[in-house]
Amino acid sequence: MDNYIKDRKVDSNEWMPFTGLEDGDSLPTGDIYVPIEEWLNARETLLTRNGRLGVALRNTDDPAIIKDDLDRLDLVVLEFPKMADGRAFTQARLLRERYGFKGEIRATGDVLYDQLFYMQRCGINGFELRDDQNASHSLRAFDEMTVTYQPASDEELPLWRRQK
Amino acid sequence: MYQYSDQDQQLLLERVAQFRGQVARRLKGELSEEEFKHQRLRNGLYLQLHAYMLRVAIPYGLLSSDQMRTLAHIARKYDKGYGHFSTRQNIQYNWPKLEDVPDILDDLAKVEMHAIQTSGNCIRNTTSDPLASVARDELEDPRPYCELIRQWSTFHPEFNFLPRKFKIAVSGATQDRAAVAVHDIGLRLIKNETSGENGFEVYVGGGLGRTPMIGKVIRSFLPKEDMLTYLEAILRVYNTLGRRDNIYKARIKILVHETGEDKFRELVEAEWEKIKAGGLYLKDEDFAWVKGFFKDPDYELLPDNDTEFENLLLSNTDFARWVDKNIELHKQSGYRIVYLSLKTAHQPPGDVTADQMDAIADLADKYSLSQIRTTHRQNLVLSDVKLQDLPALWEELKALDLATPNYNHVTDIISCPGLDYCALATARSIPISQAITERFDNYDFINDLGDVSINISGCINACGHHHVANIGILGVNKKGTEVYQLTLGGSAREDAAIGKIIGPAFEADEIVDAVEKVLSVYLENREDPEETFLMTYRRLGQAFFKERLYG
Repeated sequence: MDNYIKDRKVDSNEWMPFTGLEDGDSLPTGDIYVPIEEWLNARETLLTRNGRLGVALRNTDDPAIIKDDLDRLDLVVLEFPKMADGRAFTQARLLRERYGFKGEIRATGDVLYDQLFYMQRCGINGFELRDDQNASHSLRAFDEMTVTYQPASDEELPLWRRQK
Repeated sequence: MYQYSDQDQQLLLERVAQFRGQVARRLKGELSEEEFKHQRLRNGLYLQLHAYMLRVAIPYGLLSSDQMRTLAHIARKYDKGYGHFSTRQNIQYNWPKLEDVPDILDDLAKVEMHAIQTSGNCIRNTTSDPLASVARDELEDPRPYCELIRQWSTFHPEFNFLPRKFKIAVSGATQDRAAVAVHDIGLRLIKNETSGENGFEVYVGGGLGRTPMIGKVIRSFLPKEDMLTYLEAILRVYNTLGRRDNIYKARIKILVHETGEDKFRELVEAEWEKIKAGGLYLKDEDFAWVKGFFKDPDYELLPDNDTEFENLLLSNTDFARWVDKNIELHKQSGYRIVYLSLKTAHQPPGDVTADQMDAIADLADKYSLSQIRTTHRQNLVLSDVKLQDLPALWEELKALDLATPNYNHVTDIISCPGLDYCALATARSIPISQAITERFDNYDFINDLGDVSINISGCINACGHHHVANIGILGVNKKGTEVYQLTLGGSAREDAAIGKIIGPAFEADEIVDAVEKVLSVYLENREDPEETFLMTYRRLGQAFFKERLYG
């Protein structure tokens, strides 16, 4: 298996990262995702393919740069370069809540058991777990806590208004 | 006080179970120490010099007597029989065993307590005025707002891996007893003179540590309905742009400083515009619900005088001193606010034994509506004591060594645990605090000095808030020797200021003399006894004091 979770199920990863596009004569087939620069440089060429397309953001990118492209994308890949770096939590919420992205938001990098709960609340639904993590054991992490106080991508209202 | 719903309680139990699992994975070696660190820190568990240290949250400093008894039980069963109240109104245990921590959390959960987010790079326990709802200078009780912030910030999925720790304080009174200007965000309740509505003055980017800064007013008036959306906007800007390349430049104060106050304000306002109508916009029904937990008790209608009290005041000097120093007026006639001093020559500042905790819980039941508050200056408060009960309470507090008449006076010292406990410390702070206390343990001298603060930190991280003391002491290690720098002129109150280093550092056996010299310069040069140390210092200036200290 690919150590990959999609929508709370262990799944196989059908997406391939792709870089190095030149002149449109060697367009890759299948489901690929490209770095943001590649997308910005070769958007029209990439859109002539038949396969699904995704874009990978650095965690310093403002997701607003792809907000008008989101209906053409099936995947946005976010990076967690190390566990302590939580910038992509904000990117995920903006993509889901502000820009209404409906496709897969995928966490890559230091994707560890104890972050999955928070990631899913921010709208991340694809998880490329770090190699040493066990995907099937990690499924429990989504349900370790069942009560949530604040609105996020999975809740519109705070707990105090839901309780009444 | 706030009462947990079934869901609050369920979340707490789920969190304990989760942490129990994390400890088990660590003990089995499935989690590396580095990865476990991120998890234990989000649950208040530090690895210190000799042992783990567990920091338990006391939301906005409010405890029931039953909660205090549980704190005593934990001190007795899992620690060495005492706990340490911190400057952020929490309590710390210095000697728990890792494998016991899940059981400690279970015991805490039974009384609606926890260690959630008391450390780690997340939003910490929200602190407030220990005199909330009883102070005479209060505009509005800040605690309902604190509770909303507590719920909003607890396991906030977006802000659990911030660049650095994040501290919020809320004050609702004219006098600032919550040090709002030295917090990452400080909220001060104020009245809008045009609309007559209460809202917040919003300070951002205060903080101590290596780069002490006073918070900037990012918004002069924020309607209270917008409190949480605005906090969310600030946190989002910080999570996105806060520096992560250097731990010492990662606090929001650096972001505000480097971005510039105006630009930072623009960024926050632009983000806020997009979310201000969202699910965190607060409605009247939300305030009505949360304020319902903080209603005034049914105070008895009592006269504001009492014969027995007044007779004792005249006949017993010790009682009169205690009343003068440790009692404040209450908004309700016939009641008083009582400070329990945790500053004696016999215990480190802020330390309380398990037996004292149990006794304090009993006193709260007997005299003060079963509640206790913790303060920024590491003392405790019984907030609703009848004037007529003060003589009896005083006798009981004396027997417990909790009646030292020194609140906000020279021996009411804030001190971090220092090198006696802390892995970060570079010098000892508790022995210095005790040496100062012993030197000045004379009521007439303390009384004559009046309102003055001494704070001691055992390293540059400044947990003892030395920058905002009138007289701050910072212990540093210089070529293997512990030496102490003196800073003068700081304040953590509404006139907040960062103190300045006065000159070369002093050795451990010189620092108490240096403090005494500074105090004598004040006494000799004040215009009259009404002029406090800080006023005199501000009038005469640093050079004046420096010349006399080193000259």
